[in-house]
Amino acid sequence: MLVQEFLERSAERLPDKTAIVAAGERLTFAQIDAEANRMAGALKKLGVQYGDRVAVFMDNGWEVVVSIFGILKADAVFLVVNPTTKPQKLSFILNNCRATALVTQANKLKNALPAVESAPSIEAIVVRGEARGADLETIDSGKNIVSWENALEGMGEERPERKGIDIDLASLIYTSGSTGNPKGVMMTHQNMVAASTSITTYLENREDDIILNVLPLSFDYGLYQVIMAAQFGGTVVLEKSFLYPYAVIKLLKEEKATGLPIVPTISAILLQMKELKNENFDQLRYITNTAAALPVKHIIGLKELFPTATIYSMYGLTECKRVSYLPPEELDRRPTSVGKGMPNEQVYLVDDEGVQITEPGVIGELVVRGANVMKGYWENPEETEKVLKPGPYPWERILYTGDLFKMDKDGFLYFVARKDDIIKSRGEKVSPKEVENVLYSIDGVLEAAVIGVPDELLGEAVKAFVVLKDGVNLSEKEILAYCSKRLEDFMMPKYIEFRKELPKTSTGKITKKNLA
Amino acid sequence: MDSKELIRNFIRENFLFDSDDAKIDEEDSFLENGIVDSTGILELVSFVEDEFGIEVKDEELVPDNFDSIAKLAGFIERKKG
Repeated sequence: MLVQEFLERSAERLPDKTAIVAAGERLTFAQIDAEANRMAGALKKLGVQYGDRVAVFMDNGWEVVVSIFGILKADAVFLVVNPTTKPQKLSFILNNCRATALVTQANKLKNALPAVESAPSIEAIVVRGEARGADLETIDSGKNIVSWENALEGMGEERPERKGIDIDLASLIYTSGSTGNPKGVMMTHQNMVAASTSITTYLENREDDIILNVLPLSFDYGLYQVIMAAQFGGTVVLEKSFLYPYAVIKLLKEEKATGLPIVPTISAILLQMKELKNENFDQLRYITNTAAALPVKHIIGLKELFPTATIYSMYGLTECKRVSYLPPEELDRRPTSVGKGMPNEQVYLVDDEGVQITEPGVIGELVVRGANVMKGYWENPEETEKVLKPGPYPWERILYTGDLFKMDKDGFLYFVARKDDIIKSRGEKVSPKEVENVLYSIDGVLEAAVIGVPDELLGEAVKAFVVLKDGVNLSEKEILAYCSKRLEDFMMPKYIEFRKELPKTSTGKITKKNLA
Repeated sequence: MDSKELIRNFIRENFLFDSDDAKIDEEDSFLENGIVDSTGILELVSFVEDEFGIEVKDEELVPDNFDSIAKLAGFIERKKG
């Protein structure tokens, strides 16, 4: 099974069903499939060959979906780059994977052109939309720049001949690495089909599901909404971002969405909206959360706002797409757990020597086995070796996540910290996550991040960065007083620093890299 | 200073950090150009409320009212009416 067969089968089975809704346009499965076939023809004509990498640099829209499937149908490898990427990083990515073509849109040329100028591998650029103040053909970049319409013109709607098989590379997803340079996570068709199958199984996705996706398709969580819906024949409503929450809420109601994937930042904003309480969202069947575990307060708030929706608390990392999910019926009993491994996947904890931990409550590194585990980082054996290690069978490699977890006696996982994130103070281990949970439970705290800073007496001292909600006044003393009632002495922050906002990665996770 | 200038200054100082490439046209979409992110938009709302003495309701926080300097200035005009 190849990833594009998800689309092709749905197009055969449900040709007239709406596959994608974006910016007011509705496209059926048959239309997306036909356009993707034309895109494949266009890319081949532009010189894209079997196994080549083709980058997509666009805002969420049906064009991204057509591009992804078109690239796959051309037997090539797709990578969706975050649309807010700046030239230097885009150039790094294009050079790193030696992409041969780029699909972008006119208002991204400002960042795309400087990037391709220093990316000699790029031969062709396909541009959607009108370039402001210039004809595309007159832009002098030394590359073959062609408009979307011209590229697809005269291309047949029939499926191109297929060369690829399922162990071929299907996609690269670039993730921020600890070294500062992004790493390309290699996913084969087999990897992606396995991940999508497991996730749609536990979410019990149905053909009548309508997913409202505001996450960029450069983010694997956003990307898989499209892949999964193609698999089960559902509809995806694509929105460019969550920048205008009320516009998204309106869409949620108008399109009668049944599924809403979020990250904790989104739930924080939803819970701040004063007028949502009077709205009715009874059509919503489920909410999924990943990137970081939802604070318990968010879970309670979401349940009040969306009483009909089942909440899936999940955990994942790009290197294996998804690690775990909490069966919704466990949410009340274990609200801070991110659950168990998903179907057709094994997860367990190991100690520093790599020996499996069986005793409940002991902290260890999470290890993942499954067909969803990546094949490595693109042309980066050094970083790959750090995370992919020999498994029980000679042909397999298992993923060391670098995430520290503990398991309860029933095998449910609790995130503790990144492996290198644990603070050691007074010889005791302090989980930043645990301190953050307390800070999040304070009324008036919007965001919190906790790190260890060098301290002569303590080894490391706990330092907390706090973002207050608009209009809230809280002093350091008030916060410490609150914490002292909930944390052991050794976990108490020594410093509290107020910030207007916390630095985030392009996927919205709080990043502590530049905090000190 | 008119409202467009005030908005432009706020955006430059808070989201573009006065960098050299901080040029922004009054019709440039905040969303499509990645100028404002989802926490930034909340700062922008506070700024508009404080600076122009108006109240922004949840349902007014939509692209038509907020997604460029020109749109935002127009929204402020209408609110102050």
